[in-house]
Amino acid sequence: MNDWIPIASLEDIPRQGCRIVELEHDDMLNRIAVFRTVTDHIHAVRDKCPHRGGPLSQGIVHGGQVTCPLHSWKIDLASGEAVLPDKGCARTYATKVEGGRVYLRVAQA
Amino acid sequence: MSRMKLVLVGNGMAGIRTLEELLKAAPEQYDITVFGDEPHPNYNRIMLSPVLAGEQTVEQIILNGRDWYAAHGITLHTGKRVVKIDRTRRVVEADDGDGGKIIAGYDRLLLATGSKPFILPVPGADLEGVVGFRDIADVERMIEASTSHRHAVVIGGGLLGLEAANGLKARGMEVSVVHIAPWLLERQLDEPAARLLQQSLEAKGLKFLLEKQTAEILPASLSPSPSPEGGGEQRVGALRFKDGTEVPADLVVMAVGIRPNTALAESAGLLCNRGLVVTDTLQSATDPRIYAVGECVSHRGVAYGLVAPLFEQAKVCANHLAEHGVARYQGSLTSTKLKVTGIDLFSAGDFMGGQDTESLVFSDAAAGTYKKLVIKDNKLVGACIYGDTIDGTWYFDLLREGTDISQFRKTILFGQHHLGDSGHGPAERVAALPDTAEICGCNGVCKGTIVAAIRDLKLFTLDEVKAHTKASASCGSCTGLVEAVLAHTVGGNYSAAPSKKPLCKCTEHSHDDVIAAIRDQELKSMDAVFQALEWSTPDGCATCRPAVNYYLLARWPAEYQDDAQSRFINERAHGNIQKDGSFSVVPRMWGGLTNPRELRAIADVAEKFKVPEVKVTGGQRIDLFGVKKEDLPAMWKDLSDAGFVSGHAYGKALRTVKTCVGSQWCRFGTQDSTGLGVKLEQLTWGSWMPHKFKLAVSGCPRNCAEATIKDFGVVCVESGYELHVGGNGGIKVRVTDLLCRVETEAQVMEYCGAYTQLYREEAHYLERTAPWVERVGLNHIKAKIVDDAAGRAALYERFKFGQQFAQIDPWKERAEGTAAHEFQPIRIVANPVPA
Repeated sequence: MNDWIPIASLEDIPRQGCRIVELEHDDMLNRIAVFRTVTDHIHAVRDKCPHRGGPLSQGIVHGGQVTCPLHSWKIDLASGEAVLPDKGCARTYATKVEGGRVYLRVAQA
Repeated sequence: MSRMKLVLVGNGMAGIRTLEELLKAAPEQYDITVFGDEPHPNYNRIMLSPVLAGEQTVEQIILNGRDWYAAHGITLHTGKRVVKIDRTRRVVEADDGDGGKIIAGYDRLLLATGSKPFILPVPGADLEGVVGFRDIADVERMIEASTSHRHAVVIGGGLLGLEAANGLKARGMEVSVVHIAPWLLERQLDEPAARLLQQSLEAKGLKFLLEKQTAEILPASLSPSPSPEGGGEQRVGALRFKDGTEVPADLVVMAVGIRPNTALAESAGLLCNRGLVVTDTLQSATDPRIYAVGECVSHRGVAYGLVAPLFEQAKVCANHLAEHGVARYQGSLTSTKLKVTGIDLFSAGDFMGGQDTESLVFSDAAAGTYKKLVIKDNKLVGACIYGDTIDGTWYFDLLREGTDISQFRKTILFGQHHLGDSGHGPAERVAALPDTAEICGCNGVCKGTIVAAIRDLKLFTLDEVKAHTKASASCGSCTGLVEAVLAHTVGGNYSAAPSKKPLCKCTEHSHDDVIAAIRDQELKSMDAVFQALEWSTPDGCATCRPAVNYYLLARWPAEYQDDAQSRFINERAHGNIQKDGSFSVVPRMWGGLTNPRELRAIADVAEKFKVPEVKVTGGQRIDLFGVKKEDLPAMWKDLSDAGFVSGHAYGKALRTVKTCVGSQWCRFGTQDSTGLGVKLEQLTWGSWMPHKFKLAVSGCPRNCAEATIKDFGVVCVESGYELHVGGNGGIKVRVTDLLCRVETEAQVMEYCGAYTQLYREEAHYLERTAPWVERVGLNHIKAKIVDDAAGRAALYERFKFGQQFAQIDPWKERAEGTAAHEFQPIRIVANPVPA
């Protein structure tokens, strides 16, 4: 089953930065934050902080985490989990990089 | 690969804290074995007093239960005393309590054997009923005595002695405190403060026997006549002093001091001198495989007995055990802020004073308040406060930072009026606040929540309280109150913050260290800073990256390339993010002046982009709210075409110059304040700062532009211009200090540029001018700006040099395509896929 969606080339996403992917899918608009870490790992997380819905895409990326711009919660990008002692989880999506292209999978569970 | 073996001798707070820090830094590095001679897992020794007083139970003060050791794969031997270290074979040998031995080999050995109560060497000191006050067993003996006996005598009128006396009194005993010195707590308080303390303790029913020296402890049957039995398990009956007088005593608590417990270290041939002698890396001076932390240690000749220094040691020691090898322990400055039976005391530094110091004293015996501040060379060197201690942390900061206090010497005794207290007022003591009192207004955290978190989660430091409760985590104005709640709840030996505040958790270095390294080692990139200063994370965190980015930019304006990914979103997107993720746009209007053409352009933009709200700001500008991020570049293009540049309302930068109408229209105006405001804004716009920076120019002393609550304010007078610095509105309103008077507009420009540059070079990132001025002192700023003409000119030149690179309008650049990826989302219409 090939449901990988090509979204951008790796260079389109700034290192230690993020691009928002607006995905229209079954009449639903999904805002997904696609992050690129300092080590060029790509992670996709729903662009909504589990705390008060802040746009994670706008935060500062450090190591494998992003700090939410509204109230400074730290979210682990790989798992979507808030870093302790905060508790909460943002939805994550599978990503892969092949031939310099970044792919995203929004598979239904 | 086999793991190294680490053995910890001493199952107390310092040793276990070191293990916790080590497990955070290098969880897989060691197989760990812990020996403790008490039968309990690690507990909070500070809380023994509340246990004695019946306010808490032993279970409540356990810090690490046995499940914690199991979860981390740590082998725990409780109730097993280590009797021998064989340094050649690298093994320790413990007595298993049944005549057998437990042997454990080590690659690294950590000694945290703590201290022992000092037992006076007087006849009868070995009688039944004579105890120290050090561990759970002592407390259990004291509680047991309180159920069957009546008279308790505590020898020692220090912290521990008074806490023991208070606890025994609460258990219903008659308690006398014997003290050799003329007043109580002579190491923490001067005589007047100690007298106030004694009076309130006497009101609670405690008795005091001062300037009494214990000669002998008499067994029950020997008092008053000799007993035929003699020795053995005889119980204490009375105390006899050198002057021949006696008091009855069924229980004697020795609280005359502690001695580092170094018997084991000495038997292993390790250098000891009033403590096990360690280096700045907390290694034994004799054997570098052996580390030591806590009360058993002597570092640079000092043995510490408070929690905060021990935790600092733990952190450094763990860093070396984890083989990161970068941390140094350089000693701690300690203060005592404690609660003895509902009475607040604070003391720090040289509070007694001497011949070369001066003292400021405030005393109100009827209200039970006493304050003494000791000053030397215009700096605070000691403080001793009894009663209202809310300003204790402020005084401690002044002492630690060596702040020049000459400017506020007249009022310093009355405390920091604008100390963050969220409006509760300094008079309202933390102890008296109900649990429902809101402490942190930003995050809605009340006192009860903070107290519960400190108790239940075993928190010790301000950082921990901040992380778990969010109290003081936003604007920070309630930090003083939160610290007071922490001190009140932890009580006992809580001591304030460490001697040096690291910039963030990625480094041991302070803001000043980083600024100096960037300057002196000519570090010109973020990576160079992280490498030279041995950052513990590969690319920093959301706290240090913006700070380091700013420091580099301020020091090397021509060479350093600004790093957008190290900027908070407002500065990266050049607009203020709002709670719904939209942005606000504020075009610059020089000095608050505008005209019909500009207003028309703003109106056109607002209509074209369907801006939902338009508002006039407090800084005399127009704010367009609710703009979608992807619309920003197009909107900026229209504004740019109409001649506007960014107003930097979103940045740690020069914000606005507020002006009144001045001599051109106003009948009171003395100078052209509007024109001068425009010139100042054209000089300073675009400059990045440690924090936001606001200016104002008022045309006369009526001060309609509110220049005396700005970072830099000008008040025009007939003879020239008054320059004011270090004011702000906001959380803590601070009125400016008068820097000087000058005669010409050109001088105003030069002084303004030089002062701004001094702030840019010296202040810590996110420190506004108000706390900066208070930290370094106005005299320092006067010396650099007013007294030193050559220095002032050089600062002004450096400011103007930096402005060449800063005054490039970020809006125009982005309207022309710079950083387009920042603003444009990737839009994808996905084909419906089969599930």
